[in-house]
Amino acid sequence: MNALNDLGLIIGISLMYAAPLIYTALGGVMTENSGVVNIGLEGMMTIGAFIGATVGYYSGNPWLAFLCAGLAGGVLALLHAVACVTFSADQVVSGIAMNFLGPGLSLFLSRVFFEGATMTKPIPLDQKMPRPLNGVFAQNSFLDLVFNQYATVYLAFLLVFIVWYILYKTKIGLRIRAVGEHPRAADTLGIDVYKVKYLAVILSGVFAGFGGAAMSLAAVSNFRATLISGQGFIALAAMIFGKWTPQGSMWACLLFGVAQGLVVYLGGTNIKVSSQLLAMIPYVLTLIILMSFVGKVTGPAANGVPYEKNKE
Amino acid sequence: MMKENRLKFTIIAILIGLVIGAIILLAVGYNPLEAYGIMIAGVFGSPKYISWTIIKSTPLILTGISVAFAFKTGLFNIGAEGQFIIGALVATLAGYFLHLPPVLHAIVALLLACLAAALWGGFAGFLKSKFGVNEVITTIMLNWIAFYLSNFLVYWDKFKRPNSEASQKILSSASIAFPKEFGSSLGSFFNAPVNFGFIIAILVAFLIKYVLNDTTLGYELRAVGFNKDAAEYGGINVKKNTITAMMIAGAISGLAGAVHVLGVTNEISILSAMEGNGFDGMAVSLIGGNSPIGCIFAGLLFGALKYGGYKIQPIMGAPSEIINIVIGIIVFFIAMPKMIEGLTTIRSRRKRGGEVERSK
Repeated sequence: MNALNDLGLIIGISLMYAAPLIYTALGGVMTENSGVVNIGLEGMMTIGAFIGATVGYYSGNPWLAFLCAGLAGGVLALLHAVACVTFSADQVVSGIAMNFLGPGLSLFLSRVFFEGATMTKPIPLDQKMPRPLNGVFAQNSFLDLVFNQYATVYLAFLLVFIVWYILYKTKIGLRIRAVGEHPRAADTLGIDVYKVKYLAVILSGVFAGFGGAAMSLAAVSNFRATLISGQGFIALAAMIFGKWTPQGSMWACLLFGVAQGLVVYLGGTNIKVSSQLLAMIPYVLTLIILMSFVGKVTGPAANGVPYEKNKE
Repeated sequence: MMKENRLKFTIIAILIGLVIGAIILLAVGYNPLEAYGIMIAGVFGSPKYISWTIIKSTPLILTGISVAFAFKTGLFNIGAEGQFIIGALVATLAGYFLHLPPVLHAIVALLLACLAAALWGGFAGFLKSKFGVNEVITTIMLNWIAFYLSNFLVYWDKFKRPNSEASQKILSSASIAFPKEFGSSLGSFFNAPVNFGFIIAILVAFLIKYVLNDTTLGYELRAVGFNKDAAEYGGINVKKNTITAMMIAGAISGLAGAVHVLGVTNEISILSAMEGNGFDGMAVSLIGGNSPIGCIFAGLLFGALKYGGYKIQPIMGAPSEIINIVIGIIVFFIAMPKMIEGLTTIRSRRKRGGEVERSK
């Protein structure tokens, strides 16, 4: 029975840490399918985590906080869209700017709102994200450990389905992908390329903001300077690893989540394995997998290329 | 003409960054003039501050050159961060475990650090040329592997300094700091860990400029960066050049890490988050117009903003993170020369309009 519970614990932690990555990777899927590279997801995730924790602390309402986090990520993404879509900026460079602006603004505002601290005050337990299945299963049983998750975890998986549906089953999804593959052809068919790209980029920021909030409102209960340290980049890798599809990205995020789950689990046992080496595994694994097959798959054809309407 | 424009755009972007930074400070109730005044005094107020600014700028100049070099060859080196970590790690290992006479010890440590980081960066180049994996993604992975590898080795009991969160200190024979006797006679400029790093950084900038502009290797690398297919058609081995470019970029970032350890910190600590030396290097490279010489000035500007910026926190209580916002805005505007071009043409059009009026 004990082994089963341990397994449940690992799965539970894995899901909790995978959720923020899934949101952010879905953001990456949106923007890159429309042909705009967004390496600023990290910065958008950071501002989402900060705004989520701050609104959560002051309002006591986790859902309002979650929405505001998305909004904050979306606003930062709007800047990215202005640069990349309207002014044909170098998308990677603008993304770097986002990665300075997101954490910069977060820490700056944190000091303003929390008496000079770069850490927000913790949100009381009952004002964190709710756990919809709390109390359904016997406490610390296998099912409880696996399924007694924060609402953000369930929402993440729901969002995978929604993004998949939008991208592959709706007109707007077709337009997004058309714009990412061949913007001029899409333009000829009367699609407003700029509008579609704006929509996709802003949504990527909203999702990344959700991802940040899934950290600061659920996985932990406050924002601090090191809370988002690389998850945005990992989500980006997961998206490429997942071949630019929502479902593929989800599996890649779960892989990173499991690695995190193992690190946390083994840290609490007597097994003498270096947590540093364990933490390395998902990255090494990603490299190996990229080497073996992903290299042959490329992303949307016009990804990263600015589209200028009147240029031949 | 293009170069002139670029410089103009960069200066305009820097001004916009400072102005927006001022507006943000004002919006939350701080006096921006006071803040900028403290920063300027914090950088130029004493010879010691100036030397600290130079010391803080040195690794940024080098990681900036590393990113700029890769840019010129059509590669995007997000891996500067990891290469820096590897350089710092190997320099510390060599500085502690090897026993060599002074000067030679430092040179060996620097070279080993460069070599290790060159292999680290070159690996990303290899993955790109052999398997077609985008270097952006592999270097991000390699950054984290370097991060955990460094922490793993610092935890190693033969290397960890007991009762500390850091490694053993390097032997004094490996140090590249200016000799103490030399400093004390020259006043407070030497009250900071002044070292040969800055001189090394400037030499590297000129060396890279020379390699890029005046050698066959540089010509080939730039050709690949400019148009891969044309270069291939012209008989240049694109794959080999990709690996070479990433190796050189890696070596420069590794040198940054080594210089930082051998000149300033003398040890490496257990990292809890990325320190950002490589990421800052990307901003330095962009502000420096992706030119090695430009990186010297951009690195100094960046170092001054960071070092001076930290002082507004204790003195007036204004968040020092305003600096990151300012840098973000500068990079943001550098990313879109079209917008700045638009702004300036509107102005010059008006000017021209005015001239027409007058000539009437």
